[in-house]
Amino acid sequence: MTEPDNVLDIKNLKKSFGDRQVLKGIDIRLKKGSCLGLLGPNGAGKTTTIRIILGLVIPSSGEIRVFGQAYPNAIRRVKYRIGVVPQMDNLDPDLTIVENLLVYANYFKIPLKIAKERAEELLDFFALKNRRDEIIQNLSGGQRRRLLLARALINKPSLLILDEPTIGLDPQARLLMWQRLEALRKHGTTMLLTSHYMEEVSRLATRVIIIDNGKAIAQGDPKTIVEKILGKEVMELSGNHEELKLLIRDLESCDVNTELVGDKLYVYLKKGCNILDRAATTMPHVVRRPATLEDLFLKLTGRKLRER
Amino acid sequence: MFRVWYRNFKVWLKHLQASLIGNLGQPFLFLLAFGFGLGKSVPEIEGMTYLQFIAPGLVASAVMYSAAFEATYGSYTRLSTQGTFEAILMTPINIVELALGEILWGATKGLIAGLIMLATLPLFGVTPSIWALGMIPLLFVEGIIFAALGLIMTAVATNYDFFNYFTSLVITPFFLFSGIFFSLKAVNPLLRRVLMALPLSNVVDMSRMLCYGRLDTISLIGFELMMILVFALAASWVAVVLLKRRMIQ
Repeated sequence: MTEPDNVLDIKNLKKSFGDRQVLKGIDIRLKKGSCLGLLGPNGAGKTTTIRIILGLVIPSSGEIRVFGQAYPNAIRRVKYRIGVVPQMDNLDPDLTIVENLLVYANYFKIPLKIAKERAEELLDFFALKNRRDEIIQNLSGGQRRRLLLARALINKPSLLILDEPTIGLDPQARLLMWQRLEALRKHGTTMLLTSHYMEEVSRLATRVIIIDNGKAIAQGDPKTIVEKILGKEVMELSGNHEELKLLIRDLESCDVNTELVGDKLYVYLKKGCNILDRAATTMPHVVRRPATLEDLFLKLTGRKLRER
Repeated sequence: MFRVWYRNFKVWLKHLQASLIGNLGQPFLFLLAFGFGLGKSVPEIEGMTYLQFIAPGLVASAVMYSAAFEATYGSYTRLSTQGTFEAILMTPINIVELALGEILWGATKGLIAGLIMLATLPLFGVTPSIWALGMIPLLFVEGIIFAALGLIMTAVATNYDFFNYFTSLVITPFFLFSGIFFSLKAVNPLLRRVLMALPLSNVVDMSRMLCYGRLDTISLIGFELMMILVFALAASWVAVVLLKRRMIQ
């Protein structure tokens, strides 16, 4: 049996916790060798989706296929081929670094001899070799995250799930994680990534899905999706709220998206707009820059804080 | 299941000393205080000195304490603060294997505590017969019962304080009223039936028979054995169901 091209094929996935509907019909397809970024504010349903794939949450309805095999029957078989970097650090604090890898390998029924070889390789790759016998508590945040990633790779997974893999890391540690993840991508590892760092998603993902309130609200190539929906550039104008309101009216003849937040106006441009250029010369603070995934994310999901 | 067991065993080997002293301290102290202290002023019971009378029951209580503690404080730590259960469930190990692995481990720890206690009885002047070997499977089943009861508590606990209920409402009454310290044959028949329905009572009764090879009431063993086996299976099943409800949404 040859495996289908789609590592993940999820259709119309729904999940409710009591009255709260967390997923309202999500479709996800993930091609072999690619990296899909799931974006969304807190509580959008990203982690629930991942937990469903891991069998830790049972969906209310929907069709799930992983490596072409249908859930729920295939869950156990499929999990031998999945590696996970969870959002919450759940390394085993009772064990040393190398023991963490070996005990985890045992859960996958990997023979000890092979597990030992792989553990050494991974410690090498993640620059943890000189600390192999240390207890987890002595590790820095970056080292813990690298060990979590190493642990996720102990079974040579065909699908790597990364749930906020660099959360809480300093820029240096994050950069090191990204380099390792990029190396894995070049080797053809299929990845499902959730993150709040748009830069991370732009760097790693070949495709993004933006989720909000349990629904996919946009998807596409991270490099073109911004331009397609928002525009190439964004102009930030600061000024009086009423004046900016008037300006929005004047801009109606141009092909632009606008967003007024207090005393700040964001204008997303697909092409040049003379009215805007003229108006900009009279404004005290104007910034013109390329539009980013972050702009798109904020435009689509709103700038209000999401807390339940 | 054995993979979950193995993880805990590996960790236990690291903290051997603290673990053993922690779990065996209490039964030994009771043996000293009651056996040597109180025992001097207590007449023989069922043809045994008081020390001999309480020794097998205290072995059984060591199993109970050790298994119950492991499956509550130990398992709950792995479930909550350490996230170990979650990490295991991200692998092909499923919730049933996880729960049974935890119970099996609690029972193993209980058995180890019981056997050490049993092996040191001669130091106190109590000599078990060869039949005491039969206590090994018996104490293991007992371990499963109390590990499963502990895991049930873990599955519904919201914090460590919750286990106070378990200790004061289940474990301590079992310890005091399961015929370890007084003969259940001496209490009134109705009460005796109630007390004999406690799983630890059966274990204590059988332990006493096996420890000294007093097999004159052997006919009872079949029934009592069945009682505790049914209890072990039922408690394990409830533990699996409740842990599943807790971990899988």
